[in-house]
Amino acid sequence: MNNFAYTQAASTKEATTAKQADKAAAFIGGGTTLIDIMKSNIEQHSLLIDINRLALTGINDTAEGLRIGTLEHMSTVGEHPQVVQNYPAISESLLLSASPQLRNMATMGGNLLQKTRCGYYRDVAFPCNKRVPGSGCPAQTGDNRTLAIFGTSPSCIATNASDLAVALVALDARLTLENAKGQSRTLPLTEFYKLPGSTPNIETHLQPDELITAITVPAAGHARRSHYLKVRDRASYAYALVSAAVGLDVQGGLIRSARVALGGVGTVPWRVPAVEKYLVGKPATEDTFRAAAALAVRDAAPREQNKFKVELAQRTLVRAFLELPTA
Amino acid sequence: MDSIFTEQPGGVVGKPIIRVDGRDKVTGRAKYSAEFPLPGLTYAVIVTSPIAKGKIQSIDSAAAMREPGVLTVLTHQNLPPLATTPNTPEGKKKIGAPMGFLPLTSDEIFYAAQPVAVVVADTLEHAQHAATLVRVAYQSGGKPIAYYTDPKAELFDPQKVQDGKQEGHTKRGTPEESFASAPIQLVATYHHPVHNHNPMEPGSTTAQWTAPDRLTVYESTQGVFRTQSSLKAMLGLPADNIRVITKYLGGGFGCKGSTWPHTILTIQAAKAVGRPVKLMLTRPQMFTSMGHREDQEQTVKLGATAEGKITSIIHTKKSTTSPWDNYAESNSKILDMLYATPNFEASYEMARANVMTSTFMRAPGEAPGSFALECSMDDLAYRVGVDPVQIRLLNHSDYDYSTGQQWSSKSLKQCYARGAELFGWSRRNPKAGQTREGRYLVGMGMATASYPVHNSQGTARARLYADGHAVVQAGATDLGTGTYTVMTQVAADSLGLPLEKVRFELGDTQLPNAPNSGGSVAAGTVSSSVFLACQDVWDKLIKMAVADRKSPLHGADPAEVGVEKGRLFLKNKPKKGESYAEVLHRADMPDIEGMAQGKYGAGNENPQGAKNADPSKKDEAGGHSMHSFGAHFCQVHVDSELGVVRVTKWVSVMGAGRVLNSQTARSQILGGAIFGIGSALMEATERDDHFARYTNADLANYHVCVNKDIPDMTVEFVEEHDPYINAMGVKGIGEIGIVGVAAAVANAVYHATGKRVRDLPLTPDKVLMNGLPS
Repeated sequence: MNNFAYTQAASTKEATTAKQADKAAAFIGGGTTLIDIMKSNIEQHSLLIDINRLALTGINDTAEGLRIGTLEHMSTVGEHPQVVQNYPAISESLLLSASPQLRNMATMGGNLLQKTRCGYYRDVAFPCNKRVPGSGCPAQTGDNRTLAIFGTSPSCIATNASDLAVALVALDARLTLENAKGQSRTLPLTEFYKLPGSTPNIETHLQPDELITAITVPAAGHARRSHYLKVRDRASYAYALVSAAVGLDVQGGLIRSARVALGGVGTVPWRVPAVEKYLVGKPATEDTFRAAAALAVRDAAPREQNKFKVELAQRTLVRAFLELPTA
Repeated sequence: MDSIFTEQPGGVVGKPIIRVDGRDKVTGRAKYSAEFPLPGLTYAVIVTSPIAKGKIQSIDSAAAMREPGVLTVLTHQNLPPLATTPNTPEGKKKIGAPMGFLPLTSDEIFYAAQPVAVVVADTLEHAQHAATLVRVAYQSGGKPIAYYTDPKAELFDPQKVQDGKQEGHTKRGTPEESFASAPIQLVATYHHPVHNHNPMEPGSTTAQWTAPDRLTVYESTQGVFRTQSSLKAMLGLPADNIRVITKYLGGGFGCKGSTWPHTILTIQAAKAVGRPVKLMLTRPQMFTSMGHREDQEQTVKLGATAEGKITSIIHTKKSTTSPWDNYAESNSKILDMLYATPNFEASYEMARANVMTSTFMRAPGEAPGSFALECSMDDLAYRVGVDPVQIRLLNHSDYDYSTGQQWSSKSLKQCYARGAELFGWSRRNPKAGQTREGRYLVGMGMATASYPVHNSQGTARARLYADGHAVVQAGATDLGTGTYTVMTQVAADSLGLPLEKVRFELGDTQLPNAPNSGGSVAAGTVSSSVFLACQDVWDKLIKMAVADRKSPLHGADPAEVGVEKGRLFLKNKPKKGESYAEVLHRADMPDIEGMAQGKYGAGNENPQGAKNADPSKKDEAGGHSMHSFGAHFCQVHVDSELGVVRVTKWVSVMGAGRVLNSQTARSQILGGAIFGIGSALMEATERDDHFARYTNADLANYHVCVNKDIPDMTVEFVEEHDPYINAMGVKGIGEIGIVGVAAAVANAVYHATGKRVRDLPLTPDKVLMNGLPS
């Protein structure tokens, strides 16, 4: 770990201004990813800007939907009655993440920016295009059992590690971002993440001086009847081999609207709009779900050790649909 | 005098006494080896090699040295010289080193994360930062070899395994012929990945030179005397000049059983800077600093009669070893002795790769060996169409077929019966793949456990004070498993004192010599030495009393004097006697000391028998085979669509001689079984094929069980009195808990699915792709 300076920001403006002034600065919320990454010498930051005192909390109903302040902790949001009742997939995705200790520290915005668990990224002794652009990607032919089958490129197959992001992309979440000029913009989470392409080091469309200030999720029938299912090597405290966030609005046995995203399989949280489109108007039956699942993996590009994910993703999706409470 | 083998009335041995050190641990008063704040303490951080094969071209420490607080950067160019290094076979033997190479003695890189420099600074943070500034230029040696399966790896017959300590070839009878003519012939190959011990407390060393030739080391070790002996050889100092202290240990599992490179590097760093130095390995470094369980492939050929009686077992093993050493766990031992196997053969092959030397890890050999054997036994049961417990009873060995010796004691049949009863084994559908609960396939499996009672010796000292308290000492180690507690119990009963009047001290080379806490020997050896030291106290007091004209016991035959609760009395006239305190007072002695040195285990029955618990067995002593035995029963739920396996019910029943503390003993078996469930379902260190470097060297991706993986578990011990093994009749339970566990889980999975996966761990991908009924 390198030496760094530390400052507490009193306002969002102060935080974003400090960040703009120092290209090697980073915001620190819960620090559950950042400190790891710095201790492992994966990132060297000259300045940590503590944003924990900013007034970026609150879980409130608004005209656009449920607005969650970026500094809310994973545990608070996961257990919030509003979230449990109207956005069960979000609650489940949070409570199936990490450990209670980490969920009590980690913030919502920070969760969306957590780093991949790809072993080649996490150890600076390996080449890694995400860490050192142009150095190579040994994961392509190496230990890739846990890595991505969607959105991959010859440069990178690292899996996005967030559970929360999978539920949020499925449920049309939007981020509110604020920059050093005090300007604010909103962006659908699906447009926030960048595919690795030839620049896996650039993971999002976040500008250097921008801070995530809030997450907004629209209310919807498919959000109220949503579910997050996570399949992993051990029963708790493990990243997803495959996960699925699904939401269905079913009326009279027919699907009116559907939301589907996969986790543990994509370089970004993997929403599958074609599957959603396919489901609309179909009867909510196991046959429909199986056909949808087959469609969901149509574009899969597995490597040697993660071929099983193509099969497991389909089965996970079907199970997730079947586990939805009956309308 | 009478031994306490016949229970002391009102005694505490065997009782579920809570840990005597529990309060100190939870309040932070218990000091682990990295928690001694010595004046002037400095901090070391190890810089490791990114590559697995090549040479160091140059090291530039200038930038690191310029950092504030940095005191030195040690490399192969300036490491203070050692009297002996392990780099030659003679040196290695003299040191008792686990690995035939010491980093920083050469510019060659043999394995990934090999230490190349040690940075010492006034604070840990300064050292950590400076470590990132050491510039090392490497010349690549080309593509390293990662596994024995590498096309460039060359398999060879090592003749001996476990670093020359075990025979690499065993043959009894006519194994091939008997297999060829057997009505039932089973051939199966099993794979086991690399495992790392990962105790909660990483390895650590704090070294303080108190004079140019005198050293104190606070070490995270399973044995202070073995550490002292290794350091003595490496430093060329008398043993007396080296004090090793380990008051508390946060687990070891074998990786702290030897002196690894980081220890001597820290000591040399302290020499170089002239101040005490502390080093604690990082979690990633724990995967490449203190050995591992090697990746291995086993093939079992099992021949049997049509009824299922084994006629022949042929076992071969292939594994990966380091450039210097022929280390492989000796898996074949348990295959040789567990069942009545008239014909047996075992051999080993290994290949050198760019890895450090593997080492013993909880039940070395027995753990993976039992996985192969006990899965094959399960196959045999299905093939013959008899119950898995029945097939084991059919092949029960009434003596040790591997040595021809009688067992010192064996309660395996009782373990099967009690385990089956507790588990509800009779409810099991004999057919595999037939039991379903909703979306789950339900399976029940079982396996036999066994672990040897290794020979050992040790000493202990007991000092009994006239005021009614005692201090009892042995230089043993408490791995966290309860040694402090059980020895206090044994001493309290032996001295007739209440528990709180006895203090037991351990973990210091200034105390009487005790063996490494390894190979499950500590409980039996140390408790026996403590017991005998306490007996020595009474022997001395009785001698004093009968020689003392003022004693009511004056002139009595010492053999006629008994002791109970601190009172000496004539056995045939119990009213005649006095308290030991009076004997001491008259002699103007505040206290009296007893000492004992004992040798225990096979071959030591005779000398031990003289003072043994059951003198009537003395004449039979000699030539026994000594083992603990037990049985595990497991139920799993296998998700019929997703391939996820969860253990839902567990029963372990053990026959392991005397149980010193029913609570800590239960915890030992629980811990072993949970360790084994981890190895069955999730545990594996992944070494990249191209870089020969681990890709999951942290506890986020190296999975061990969490609470949610473990159901409520039942552990029981059957009552077992072994008159031969040692004075206390204790067999040791540190390792048997894991033996057979992976097989019990795998057998339950087979029972659930009807498909056999022989490749550990049984993760969802393997079960999904190969292990689910179509």
